[in-house]
Amino acid sequence: MSSPDVQELLDTNSAVVPESLALTLPREKLEWMLGKMCETRYFEEKAEELYTRGLVHGTMHLSIGMEASPIGSIAALEPDDLIVNHHRGHGHTIAKGADITTMMGEFLGKEPGYCRGRGGSMHIVDIAHGNMGATGVVGSGIPIAVGVALALQMKHSAQVVLCFFGDGATNEGAFHESLNLASIWALPVVFICDNNHYGMSMSYRHSMNISKISVRAGAYGIPGFTVDGNNVLAVYQTVKECVDWARAGKGPSLVENLTYRWRGHSKSDRNLYRTPQEIQEWMQRCPIKRFKQLLRDSQIMSEQETETIDQRAKETIDRAAELAVQMPEPTPENMEDEVYAP
Amino acid sequence: MTETGGREVTFLEAVREAMVQEMRRDPTVFLMGEDIGIYGGAFGVSKGMLDEFGPERVRETPISEAGFTGVATGAALMGMRPIVEIMFLDFITLAMDALVNQAAKMRFMFGGNASIPLVCRAPSGSGTGAAAQHSQSLEAWFINAPGIKVVAPSSAYDAKGLLTTAIRDNNPVLFIEHKLLYRTKGAVPENSYTIPFGKAEVRRQGKDITIIAYSIMAQRALEAATRLAEEGIEAEVVDPRTLKPLDVETIVGSVAKTGRALIVHEAPVTGGFGGELTSAIVESHAFDYLDAPVRRLGGRNIPIPYNRTLERASVPQVEDIVETARALAREGK
Ligand SMILES: Cc1ncc(C[n+]2csc(CCOP(=O)(O)OP(=O)(O)O)c2C)c(N)n1
Ligand SMILES: [Mg+2]
Repeated sequence: MSSPDVQELLDTNSAVVPESLALTLPREKLEWMLGKMCETRYFEEKAEELYTRGLVHGTMHLSIGMEASPIGSIAALEPDDLIVNHHRGHGHTIAKGADITTMMGEFLGKEPGYCRGRGGSMHIVDIAHGNMGATGVVGSGIPIAVGVALALQMKHSAQVVLCFFGDGATNEGAFHESLNLASIWALPVVFICDNNHYGMSMSYRHSMNISKISVRAGAYGIPGFTVDGNNVLAVYQTVKECVDWARAGKGPSLVENLTYRWRGHSKSDRNLYRTPQEIQEWMQRCPIKRFKQLLRDSQIMSEQETETIDQRAKETIDRAAELAVQMPEPTPENMEDEVYAP
Repeated sequence: MTETGGREVTFLEAVREAMVQEMRRDPTVFLMGEDIGIYGGAFGVSKGMLDEFGPERVRETPISEAGFTGVATGAALMGMRPIVEIMFLDFITLAMDALVNQAAKMRFMFGGNASIPLVCRAPSGSGTGAAAQHSQSLEAWFINAPGIKVVAPSSAYDAKGLLTTAIRDNNPVLFIEHKLLYRTKGAVPENSYTIPFGKAEVRRQGKDITIIAYSIMAQRALEAATRLAEEGIEAEVVDPRTLKPLDVETIVGSVAKTGRALIVHEAPVTGGFGGELTSAIVESHAFDYLDAPVRRLGGRNIPIPYNRTLERASVPQVEDIVETARALAREGK
């Protein structure tokens, strides 16, 4: 495995991942990828709308423009594989099989939501589908994922865990200690950095003195790759290799998916640290548009077929939101009984 | 009290003003933390400071709390006066080694040969729908660590004066800023001033019951006192302002006068600072004047939930203070 050059990867027209990969994958897989990316996009646009309508108490972190990273990564998993998620995790949750209505319910703080309204959008957990939950403390999910991998190894399981975090998180001590631990114990975990170029307002170009986060893998003796994170197939291909590697008992690896968030960090961001041109440039590299184009260019799907998938995703989200808004609110009695396991 | 000339600023502006004035006065003072530059800090506290002081003294850090709090401790050891901003008090957990094992201990452990003039500012508390990891009130942990002072102002005026004192203090100080106080306004003099540590403020005089409350709960206690007055109950509200050092004398004096004490804080009641306040009262001569047991009203013993209704129900609200104070005022009569 080798790391391709970043600049080359960033060029939207470069075909680092051959269209031929699309031709070798089953059609259902490609439909699934497109469908989940569209669902994520519409989920977050709906989240914004509900927020603007004053229906949400709390904050939210949108990943609009970043959908290929979680969806391409999770496409490389078997259904019983696991993920540990982070605060910008709607796409990951959706890709791991979450029920959208239950997820929307949690976003709205409702009793039937994934965390019964206790966690909110930042902490969605879906154990049944292998989503082991999300932390809002930057970097703190990384050792948790290593612990999940340790348990898998001790149980002689064939499962693998994907650990998601941002570029900013790789400056926390937890990142470094975790990669080292996973490496010396050869644990079945793939570290995936959704590198959207900023940790809040700080560009990763300023928060570290390296141009590729993937080189940090070298310090821990594990493979590291930088991928065009807006190309869902490129993400899929690299993560698939890493997942196979982990499943074969060869240990952890690090994948950096280069991408970009179009929206502000959270609701209160005035975007003073970046230019409108930069945002515009990245909007030209929309992962969903690019994937649709690729599917059409390689004559796997017609425009009508991609738009049918898109439309279906939109309807799924609209329906979920309608149902979630009507869900009952939790009530505050006996919360003390929920704090400790019996 | 310094003359304010009718000038009103927000709590947030008062915090900024203290930092700006101290940075102008003393070149060793500098601010360090995440997104404090062009972003102006997660809550906007440091807005504009980068323009005046530049990136050397408004020093933005990567997301590395353990690292930069330790770095601040080292710089303080060298005689610099760093102010560290922890974006949410919750993340101070990541900086505990630097603050508790290092900064708080160095003075004593090195036999008085060093001092650590470090201020750690952090927004605390619930009420914004940020859930369990962004809403905590962790002051009690630091009470139990000798060597670090703990300040929790409830008004813009106190915020400015106490932060100025904190920056000039030669010891580590944890300065807690409740998020819901940031937008509250109060009279604040333009000129720099200090408020001594260990001096409680009696915010309202009363004869029937003493309510001891700090940070946002001092504000809620005042509101509650106004409502109680309509029922004929005169509550005295004492705001300790600094939890360590603590003005035991003022608290005990008030309780000896009213014979009843209600302690209110947002942190979970079990193991909270209320226990310490209770001890201060019952270990003093005020014990002989008590007409009813000391009562604590604190946060419920649960993590802060996301849902608005649950979140509200997790920590004392004005109506809870009114109810508890009313019951306590009648008890033993
Ligand atoms: C330990 C900690 N420090 C700071 C924060 C505040 N915070 C939340 S998200 C964030 C930026 C994280 O950047 P990155 O890891 O790149 O993820 P992104 O938000 O870009 O997806 C910050 C500073 C936090 N939640 N936890
Ligand atoms: Mg980022």
